Amino acid sequence: MENDDINLIANAAHTGSVTGGNVLDEGRVGTSGLQTKGIHVWFGKHHVLEDISLDFPANSVTGLIGPSGCGKSTFLRVLNRMHEFIPGAAMAGEVFLDGEEIYGPKVDVTAMRLKVGMVFQKPNPFPSMTIAENVLAGLKLANIKVQDKDSLLEECLTRAGLWKEVKDRLKLSGSSLSGGQQQRLCIARALAVKPKVLLMDEPCSALDPASTLKVEETIVQLSSDMTIVVVTHNMQQAARVSDFCAFFLSDGGPGQIVEADRTAVIFSSPSDQRTADYVQGRFG
Amino acid sequence: MSNSVLPTTLHNVKPEKPWINRRQSLQEVARPVAIATAVATAIVLLTGLAGPLGFYVAFVLSFIVVSFVDGMRHDKVKAIDKVMTTLVTAGFASAFIPWASILLTVFKRGASAIYFGFFTNDMSITAADDELGMGGLSHALVGSLLILLMASLVAIPFGIITAVYITEIKGRFSGVVRVVVQSMSGVPSVVAGLFIYAIVVSRFSFSGLAGALALAILMLPTVARTSEEVLKLVPEDLRSSAYALGASQTATTFRIVLPTARSGLITASMLGLARVAGETAPLILTAYYTAIYSLKVTGQPLASLPMYIFQNFSTGTDTALTRAWGGAAVLLSFIFILFIFARIAGRGSRK
Amino acid sequence: MSTVTVEKPTDDGPVRRVITTQRNASDKRFRRVVTAGALSTFLVLALIASFLFYRGFEIFKEFGFGFLTTSTWDSGSGDSLEGASYGVAAMLVGSIIVATMAMIMALPFVIGTSLFLEYYIGKKLRTALVAILDLMAAIPSIIYGLWGYLVLMPNAAGWAESINKYFGWIPIFKVDVENFDASPFISALVLGLMIIPIASSVTREVYSRAPQDQISAAYALGGSRWGALKAVVLPFGKSGLIGGMLLGLGRALGETVAVLLTLNLVFEVKFQVLASAGGNVASLIASRFGEAGPFEVKALMAAGLVLFLLTLVVNFGASIIVSRTSKVSQ
Repeated sequence: MENDDINLIANAAHTGSVTGGNVLDEGRVGTSGLQTKGIHVWFGKHHVLEDISLDFPANSVTGLIGPSGCGKSTFLRVLNRMHEFIPGAAMAGEVFLDGEEIYGPKVDVTAMRLKVGMVFQKPNPFPSMTIAENVLAGLKLANIKVQDKDSLLEECLTRAGLWKEVKDRLKLSGSSLSGGQQQRLCIARALAVKPKVLLMDEPCSALDPASTLKVEETIVQLSSDMTIVVVTHNMQQAARVSDFCAFFLSDGGPGQIVEADRTAVIFSSPSDQRTADYVQGRFG
Repeated sequence: MSNSVLPTTLHNVKPEKPWINRRQSLQEVARPVAIATAVATAIVLLTGLAGPLGFYVAFVLSFIVVSFVDGMRHDKVKAIDKVMTTLVTAGFASAFIPWASILLTVFKRGASAIYFGFFTNDMSITAADDELGMGGLSHALVGSLLILLMASLVAIPFGIITAVYITEIKGRFSGVVRVVVQSMSGVPSVVAGLFIYAIVVSRFSFSGLAGALALAILMLPTVARTSEEVLKLVPEDLRSSAYALGASQTATTFRIVLPTARSGLITASMLGLARVAGETAPLILTAYYTAIYSLKVTGQPLASLPMYIFQNFSTGTDTALTRAWGGAAVLLSFIFILFIFARIAGRGSRK
Repeated sequence: MSTVTVEKPTDDGPVRRVITTQRNASDKRFRRVVTAGALSTFLVLALIASFLFYRGFEIFKEFGFGFLTTSTWDSGSGDSLEGASYGVAAMLVGSIIVATMAMIMALPFVIGTSLFLEYYIGKKLRTALVAILDLMAAIPSIIYGLWGYLVLMPNAAGWAESINKYFGWIPIFKVDVENFDASPFISALVLGLMIIPIASSVTREVYSRAPQDQISAAYALGGSRWGALKAVVLPFGKSGLIGGMLLGLGRALGETVAVLLTLNLVFEVKFQVLASAGGNVASLIASRFGEAGPFEVKALMAAGLVLFLLTLVVNFGASIIVSRTSKVSQ
């Protein structure tokens, strides 16, 4: 096997070190600084995620795949502490961002979220703001002063692949755009605060195929200088955009990682039969 | 490399909520509270602000400053967030202080008027100025009950019919009816009284019946709107399956929809009653007041709790005012009991 | 019960069938009865307006617009319109002043209460506090009046005196006579307190429908709680707040006893809100009614009509604004 250096064992027992879980890529570019260790999540009595350890490689796209209800979206929200808004949520384990445990008692949640951007399933631009205001909303919310707003605006919209389409109507309401454009506006909005990591929760599930392709292009381009984690239901999409994949599965109990590896491996020679069944569309 | 997922039941993991750090949040709250209390005490001692209310105002003001400074140790966003949390909490708490004062005053001052005879005597041989051990409000209590009973007999059926029209018949005028009900709920109570005065009292005389009609006008919109909400909660499937069994709309409504929503409809009626039980202005113009116990609802004025309070207030002497507070305590208890019944009935409907 | 009629086949395409529902006799009767019952609410509303107009007609004929623009209230000899003079200007202006002040004073507390209940506390506590809020909305106005006169007024007169002392240079805070009891300010305090639970319940309801995904987006961008509320909830709930406050305004305009007990009615248009003199249409009706002769009753009916139309317009505006928000959010 060519990737002997990659630890294929999902749910490996704790080794005590930060990188003791699924090391997706040890050789290439090192870690992005985003790691999880032994994550469990409960909603009330319901145990939804069990022992998830992942180390996300830098400047690449990691896809979280698996059937609905396996907890991958929940896991994504654990990464920027968005799941704690759900009443009854509880968790165990640790998430490290740049060596700092984000659930630590001294952590400033809002500052942490500035480093971890997020794009949601449904496009959700703020309807009370114009396109330009939407892009810069994060700066306003976090009270960050920028010298040159216009160039930042252009930069973010360009990176989100939207600049050409909206440059003449920056003063229009964000909700005047089409669904796909709105989603790219949300990506631009997330980029404006210069996050290191971008989390995307099924970013294309509410879009038509043409818009989906555009957003996917954007994802691939962005991954050249940031770490992206994408939850997706769509196998083709995972194959197209992601460099690495983690396959989540729940057999009635809590969701677990069955297998995590390079995307090519997951799709061509997965080590687990259930992974093979899932990526070939035999269930889920 | 044949590892599949091992059922790793790890006994050492426990659910935690790291985002709730009780010790830290306690510290975070305790420190500004302590500082603000100290500052507020100083303000009360040194300036014109005095009394519990003065202390409260001083406390809120100093808490705003303290939370800003506390937040600024971090950054401006945090500081603004903290100040706004203080303001929002204060906005809520400040509204509760006068309400607490109302409840406290009513029951504290009312207590000295209440004795057993308060519920069994009327005021026919007692003047408002007589000692508190004499006279009572039996006439007002019974009058109120009679008026409310008659008002319910009109308003509850009409309210429910209106709701049935909107949710079941879904007729051409549904929109109009909804708007009319909405506008009716805004009719000033004194105007309802004037209307009944114009069509009933001016022709016959002040009477309990006239009072009941005026209250029915005010009660109907509450019953209608709440019933509409309740009927909307009846699942459409129930109606469909009744129709699929060959039931007519009449049968579906009476046998399926209304029984399903029964406890909700009781809640609607109770809320309607609670809404009008304390109305005074329309009764001044319709039922008026009498000091004598009576069950006669036509041809002569009929007493009621709100009018009893109003009369004693108008007399204005100390004993009369105490009687007014006593009446207020009885009226408020009555309304609260209606509310609690409405809640209990409402809970039944959710199951 | 459904019959199907078949139209003549045409050359261009398949036969279209027209489906009509034929209801049975009992259903027809049922529908007719319910429709009649529902429409009778409309009748009642129309009757209220027409009767008040009919009874007050003579007054309108006699005084015309003067009824709205003059302030004298004099029943003359009492048994005819001869020598009598009726005008509600002072009362109308007073009603609007007191209700507007009440609304302004209630506004920050309505926003605070709505945000606090919806976004600052957990579900269990919210359920309990909302129940208490509903209970407060059910306290009868006569009890508010009683408390306002006997408990609030002794305190509030002192506050009014302080306001007058420090802000007396602002025209509305001036007083000619140093009596601060039973002023529009005190009435407005009581009314403001009364409308907080009413306006809050509407506003809170609209705030709670603010789109959760946008709130999440604001948090995910590193916004604080206040940042998220300011960016999403407040703009979303703006019209809900306006609607709720208008509903409260309608209530305050029509409120009778609480004002009757706490306001000194004076038949003169005045803008000194701290002084012991004000006007109120609803209280006028209740206070003059007892000793009114047949012609003064007509004048009171006309005043009632004015009040009715005023509150109708305000409530109508409120319900349109609130229903528009609920449509947008769906």
